[in-house]
Amino acid sequence: MSELVPTIREICKKYGNDRARLMDMVREVQESIGHVPREAFGLIASEAKTHRVEVESVVSFYSFLSDKKKGEVVIRLCDDIIDRFQGADAIGDALIKELGIGFGETTADGTITLEKTACIGMSDQAPAMMANDTVVTNLAPEKIPGLVKQLRENPEPQALVTEMGDGNNADPLVQSMVCNNICEAGPVILSDYRKDGGLRKALTQTPEEVIEDIKTSQLRGRGGAGFLTGLKWELTRQAPGPDKFVLCNADEGEPGTFKDRVLLTERVDLVLEGMTVAAYAIGAETGIIYLRGEYSYLRAFLEDKMNQRRVAGLLGNNILGNEGFNFDVRIQMGAGAYVCGEETSLISSCEGTRGDPTDRTPFPVVKGYMVSPTAVNNVESYCCAARIMDKGPGWFSSIGTERSAGTKLLSVCGDCARPGIYEVPFGTKLREVLRLAGAEDVACVCVGGPSGQMVGPAQFELGISYEELSTGGSVMVFSNQRDILEVADAFMEFFVDESCGYCVPCRVGNVLLKNRLERVRKGEGSPADLDYLQRLGESVKFTSRCGLGQTSPNPVLSTLKNFRPVYNALVKDNGHGLNKSFNIMKAVEDASAIAGRRSEIFHA
Amino acid sequence: MSDAIKITIDGKEIEAQLGQTILEAADEAGIYIPRLCSHPELKPIGSCRVCTVVCDGRPQAACVKPVMDGMVIENETPELLQHRRNIIDMMFVEGNHFCMFCEKSGNCELQALAYRFGITAPQYPFQFPEKEVDASHPDILLDHNRCIMCARCVRASQELDGKNVFQSIGRGFDRKIGVNGEKALGDTDMAVADRAADICPVGCIIKKRVGFEVPVGERLYDKAPIGSDIEGVRS
Repeated sequence: MSELVPTIREICKKYGNDRARLMDMVREVQESIGHVPREAFGLIASEAKTHRVEVESVVSFYSFLSDKKKGEVVIRLCDDIIDRFQGADAIGDALIKELGIGFGETTADGTITLEKTACIGMSDQAPAMMANDTVVTNLAPEKIPGLVKQLRENPEPQALVTEMGDGNNADPLVQSMVCNNICEAGPVILSDYRKDGGLRKALTQTPEEVIEDIKTSQLRGRGGAGFLTGLKWELTRQAPGPDKFVLCNADEGEPGTFKDRVLLTERVDLVLEGMTVAAYAIGAETGIIYLRGEYSYLRAFLEDKMNQRRVAGLLGNNILGNEGFNFDVRIQMGAGAYVCGEETSLISSCEGTRGDPTDRTPFPVVKGYMVSPTAVNNVESYCCAARIMDKGPGWFSSIGTERSAGTKLLSVCGDCARPGIYEVPFGTKLREVLRLAGAEDVACVCVGGPSGQMVGPAQFELGISYEELSTGGSVMVFSNQRDILEVADAFMEFFVDESCGYCVPCRVGNVLLKNRLERVRKGEGSPADLDYLQRLGESVKFTSRCGLGQTSPNPVLSTLKNFRPVYNALVKDNGHGLNKSFNIMKAVEDASAIAGRRSEIFHA
Repeated sequence: MSDAIKITIDGKEIEAQLGQTILEAADEAGIYIPRLCSHPELKPIGSCRVCTVVCDGRPQAACVKPVMDGMVIENETPELLQHRRNIIDMMFVEGNHFCMFCEKSGNCELQALAYRFGITAPQYPFQFPEKEVDASHPDILLDHNRCIMCARCVRASQELDGKNVFQSIGRGFDRKIGVNGEKALGDTDMAVADRAADICPVGCIIKKRVGFEVPVGERLYDKAPIGSDIEGVRS
């Protein structure tokens, strides 16, 4: 430990020994020495002028941080349902065989640790994994022996990347095999556009006029909640406080979503332009991009783009010669926590604490980051805002439906011929999306990710919009070969893993839901179990504190609603009222083990 | 008095003051909204969700939601009572609560709430998690089997004792209360006179050597149901 003291002190000093940058400190300690040793908690705490237990609180919250020593290379196999259906389990088996260790273990020589992780945003090129920060896509079992051999000889995961992906994935600062898979470019975001045209026009107007334009355009938040962006900016501008903040939610954690990955690769300038427009409108000098830990391979590239904008006078002081308009952006790295996509959790995380959500009275627009007025918007929303300023609010609102203006980026994945990014006008029918993606024999589509809705063919005529099928981007396609309740079960497992545990219904209710769903899937359920799932799900939804718990029962509730026959086929009233999940012989064995003797009555 | 406003709870109009939460206003009016994590001396955090009410059509935790003029609140509806019962059941099955062996029995707010709601056994299966018992402190016992993660101790230590003995660690079902010491409570600056030692609603933080000073049968909730003191205010 003593040899680590200078390193740790140096890292803390780099972040000004500022308690609000604790996330960055522990992340960097982890990067530098492979874990955050418990013996270091006290030192980090004293350097950052906080308490030891606060450091433990942060380190124990994020799944990419660990107080246990890990291998030089940490392999994180993506374990979402799309990857599983594309063969992730076979990849897992091959990794176990080649490495000679199980999940959660490290090879004896300390080289490689094997883990599973939630969706890493590569569902269009699944199965995929991360090896440290390097993303490895399109895995196949036969590739694993060579891959493991190479990592053993040279524990430098970047060397696994031999063929680059398209577009900026091949940029010297990215060097990734990730592919964009842009299948449909719509008029707002993925078509060619006039760089910084929106910002230049915005600066000819007053901030109030910019807000008015955004309001007139009817732009609503692209993360899924659909709050009016112009109104959010107005409330932030009007809220009292000397410092205001513009935050970009790039914590794209909803399983099956990967459109922000593509925007951050191919439309970084548009994102930063939109943030700058927002800063001008709101009166903010500081912006933060909260980048999910899974996308850290894009970090250097993003930093470089920001630097280029500083040099070009598009970030920094007196932007584009506008005296007194100062705005700059920093990146806050996440560390593996889905809940941090919830805006108040995201703010907690930016402030260097664990990512617990906070109460939404006051709302972030009044008291957000550093208790100051803060506008948190999705990556895609900023892109839309910049384009609205360039092309006009009328142009934007003429696209889409009356209540859902503009286009939506969809991340389509699963059982379809062309998984990838589709920019379609709002109102596009789900059936049309499926046709574009080449999906046939579809039994179920999960729209909006696990927190969204699982719908069947009866709903395919509905349109993608806030009023019909709402989604932050995730569209997961499941063919009639798939077990729909296996999907729901995997989603509940996801929520159990990702609940922050702050409030009771989400912490406990999701575990109970998952357990009962498992019982039903095993054929041990009765019709009463379906009522149990329904009522428990409703309580979790109704009483949970943040958006995570308020949507986490959706996999169960939406399948109970839309796929009732699947459940009905599994639960049968057996007439005698006995609980099928109760196994008398197993119970007797357990009791015999405790008593230390065999039952006189029941024995095999 | 310019801050006086009117809100309606279950059809009854009551007076409230701007700056109050729904829970505080209801308490003053003699209307009991069940709660667990909330404590009059501590900042509310809305973690247990037992005080969930419907406020202008939307679910809200009464302990954190500030009142506004003209708010219409539902408190004792069959739907809300069922949700609250479900949450109370969840707290029983996520821990290991053996009331008959617990020193807190009769003074326990979780147990008292269960009685008030007529719960004789939880409807959900017990999870039987493995939890630690920390007896390292000379005067205080920490039995995580009974913790409901209300974080009263966390707040009391910070807000009332000027210390930072407790904090939440881990996440999800594995979330627990951690202590600000190398290993255990005995390594912290916790003192038996701290308010944090007194404020646990359940039997997680127990003082040593004073067990059963008040005999079972003569304890707080043996005499009147939880909430009676608040309802007694009602004229």
